[in-house]
Amino acid sequence: MATTTPPSYRLLGGPIPYIEGPLKVTGRAEYTDDIKRPGQLVGRLLRSPWPHARLKSIDVREARATPGVFAVLTGEKYPIPFGVLPITHDETAIAVDKARYIGDIIAAVAASDERTAEAALAKIRFEVDALPEYADPRGGVDRVAEPIHARGLNGTNIQKEVVQHFGDVDAAFARAAVSVRVRGTFAGVTHGFTEPMATIAEATPDGRLTVWSATQVPHYLHRSLSEVLGLPMHRIRVIKPEVGGGFGGKSDPLPHEIVCAALALETGRPVKILFDREDVFYTNHGRHPTQNDVRIALDGDGRILAYDIEALIDGGAWSSFGTVTTYYNGVLGMGPYRVPNFRYKGRRVYTTKPPSGAMRAHGGTNLRYTIEVALDELAERTGRDPFDLRRENALPPNSRTVNEFLITSTSFVACLAAARKASGWDAKFRKLPFGRGVGLGCGFYISGSNSPIHFTPKMPQSTVHLKVDMDGGIAVHSMQADIGQGSNTLLAAIVAEVLGVDLARVHVQRVDSDVSPIDLGSYSSRVTFMMGNAARAAAEQLKAQLVRAAAERLQLPAEELEVGYERIHRRGDPTTGLSFLEALHAAMEPVGALTASGSYQTKAVGGSFKGARAGTAPAYSFAAYVAETEVDVETGEIHVEKIWAAFDCGRALNRLAVEGQIEGSIHMGLGQVLGESMNYRGARLFNPSLLEYKIPMPQQMPEVEILLVGADDPEGPFGAKEAGEGPLIATLPAVGNALYDAIGVRFTELPITPDRVLRGLDRRRAEGRVWKGD
Amino acid sequence: MPSRELLNFQLNGHPVSTPCEASRVLLDLLREDLSLTGTKRGCDLGTCGCCAVLVDGRPTLSCLTLGRLVEGRSVTTIEGITPAQGLTPVQRAFVELGATQCGFCTPGFIVTATALLRDHPHPSHDEVVRAVAGNLCRCTGYLRIVAAIEKAAEESA
Repeated sequence: MATTTPPSYRLLGGPIPYIEGPLKVTGRAEYTDDIKRPGQLVGRLLRSPWPHARLKSIDVREARATPGVFAVLTGEKYPIPFGVLPITHDETAIAVDKARYIGDIIAAVAASDERTAEAALAKIRFEVDALPEYADPRGGVDRVAEPIHARGLNGTNIQKEVVQHFGDVDAAFARAAVSVRVRGTFAGVTHGFTEPMATIAEATPDGRLTVWSATQVPHYLHRSLSEVLGLPMHRIRVIKPEVGGGFGGKSDPLPHEIVCAALALETGRPVKILFDREDVFYTNHGRHPTQNDVRIALDGDGRILAYDIEALIDGGAWSSFGTVTTYYNGVLGMGPYRVPNFRYKGRRVYTTKPPSGAMRAHGGTNLRYTIEVALDELAERTGRDPFDLRRENALPPNSRTVNEFLITSTSFVACLAAARKASGWDAKFRKLPFGRGVGLGCGFYISGSNSPIHFTPKMPQSTVHLKVDMDGGIAVHSMQADIGQGSNTLLAAIVAEVLGVDLARVHVQRVDSDVSPIDLGSYSSRVTFMMGNAARAAAEQLKAQLVRAAAERLQLPAEELEVGYERIHRRGDPTTGLSFLEALHAAMEPVGALTASGSYQTKAVGGSFKGARAGTAPAYSFAAYVAETEVDVETGEIHVEKIWAAFDCGRALNRLAVEGQIEGSIHMGLGQVLGESMNYRGARLFNPSLLEYKIPMPQQMPEVEILLVGADDPEGPFGAKEAGEGPLIATLPAVGNALYDAIGVRFTELPITPDRVLRGLDRRRAEGRVWKGD
Repeated sequence: MPSRELLNFQLNGHPVSTPCEASRVLLDLLREDLSLTGTKRGCDLGTCGCCAVLVDGRPTLSCLTLGRLVEGRSVTTIEGITPAQGLTPVQRAFVELGATQCGFCTPGFIVTATALLRDHPHPSHDEVVRAVAGNLCRCTGYLRIVAAIEKAAEESA
């Protein structure tokens, strides 16, 4: 059998510092709030103080008459519903008829300054009828007196119900040697990016509207503005300045962005809406509060026979990505193990709370925690090592899941081996003293969604344009959104790699819908894979133009030439050739500046049943993490000392960025498992600040050892797969299972706060179960 | 009309005289009135550290500091820390080690780290962690930030 050595590259695969790094460390990177337009007004939003109320009448006369007020807007002026998914448009820019949560936008003003705007908001008078509050999703699965949305299923508050069954789950459980059931409860968590949302809009006398906004998905914002405002897309220009983190929280088109544009249209003046931190918390779109119920059956050889999963998902007031969420909470159980029989019932229920949406590792995190805890329990009951159980059930490369996901490359088994060895697992598992433990958690995640959210008109998922003029600088246009994950740097590096030029020649242009070709944006870990392929295709085209011109000048066949560093020369003979600039100038002679366009479109995969597209991806990442923890059994405090993170992202194209994504994901995962929680009293969020919503501090970060073991993916650009979301998932169960090893308590309610640790210990002792001598 | 007495202070080494209402916080004064946008607004509540500046050399949260309180004092922002050409060792290390991702928290960390290394050129690991404990970063998990500060300290040694 022939073996092939993976190729090596000049730039890709090494650590590549962010190209915009010098701007960020000097405060010169320009975020939306750093922009100020001449004559700019201040836009302010009034938020509902009622969880659910019918708006009977609104009196804005006094507010409108306030000196310095330029516009007062209420819902009826722009009532066209919108939303990120075309099938669930249930949001309006400003509440129409009803307010659906404490924090729902019910009016807006544009004024000369902040104080005037706030004073005007206070003068708006409402007459309302209070409607029932629905804080608990369990109360919304049956018919309710006043459904939150008319589109709720059969008079209930159910936004989406998914029922799937593959194989025969009941028969599998009937013949199982052993089975377990674990019920997980998960508090809602939120993104916690440091840059609050901000939008500036400006309508100009030429009939155009320009919108600058902190968004992950400029194209969906562009579409939504057009739909709600009734302006054709070509009259609207969307610009994405630097974005201070997103993690999914800036991936929906958000109502304030549309309100800001509407205020600009009303006033003819530029308007800025800047969120404070409370606005950010009420806008939320974070990870859904969820209850799930997972049963897993094994045969006598430790093979997984079946999963039986139920999920009840608290959606908050709007759909957002919820239909996808509902599918993902089941189908993202399909890896990294072979599951021959699978049943899932998931319901996402509207509540009168801030909307939940997509947050890093969307749909895959809560389910994964419960599955991995159940597997840990099964390993214990069958006397198997947790690593062995997982290895024996791993999906092989080039396989299909029972719901027809195509798994191409997987180095999951290599992840397991690497994590086991590096962590010293065999010397530690069940062998550390009481209070200390190690735990294994695994995961997988989509590398982009195979089906785009918008597929009309038909177009590629990603397109990249290049332009190079006589100065030899290469301008890159793309609508992927760099939100700190390093996609601009990767784009530049791929172009430089293909063309053999210095990285400094490549300038990535700011996203601007007037000039950037459409890319569906930064979500579902699609950017490296899809934009990367598009960038490579564009650069290959440019390269072909240069090579052709060089061949003519050198009087050599193009096939005999290759690209070296800043040079095109005869293969194996760098002395016979042209410099990059010479080749460029030769190619430009007849046509002027060179341009090229590359794109990437996913191939059709997946089954033909209802919902078959959910979770299909051109590739998947895989992870196996070991956490080592120490528990203070007096105070219940948990200290995570170290995490060994074995990850398969195919080839890591920018080591610095991949490692940064893994470390940041671990930090975010630790936040959810150890303390972060959106706390509600009824439907009222009562910790809408970073003081009370506790994101882990520097001193809480464990040591992290990263083990990149992925083999090249056949379709990813230069062999790469995603590394932006998958690295979060395994963190939570690794910690949960390590706590079991430490103190013998199964934690199924997140976050695992010190009081829950102490209660868990009390419960175990009361049951008379002894653990490591305690 | 609220009183807008002139406020006089040293800003990044130069004297400034600007109107400042009694209720105006230093962050607004810097960003809105003086167009120094390198200092970031993350929470307005002293919980994130994005707005850190140096007042008489000490890291200070500008969102919690009334402008009037810097009368006659010296304020240094990220713009004042940045050399006319190139980067400081701390800034360079942040870029090289990937200690900045989205970059929004970065000026606050650079300001804090710069003050730390000026007062403690050879900080222990724990001293570095403690120094940045008031700065929030949601992207990096802090490991590279701490490593970058340690690298800058080593290089300056």
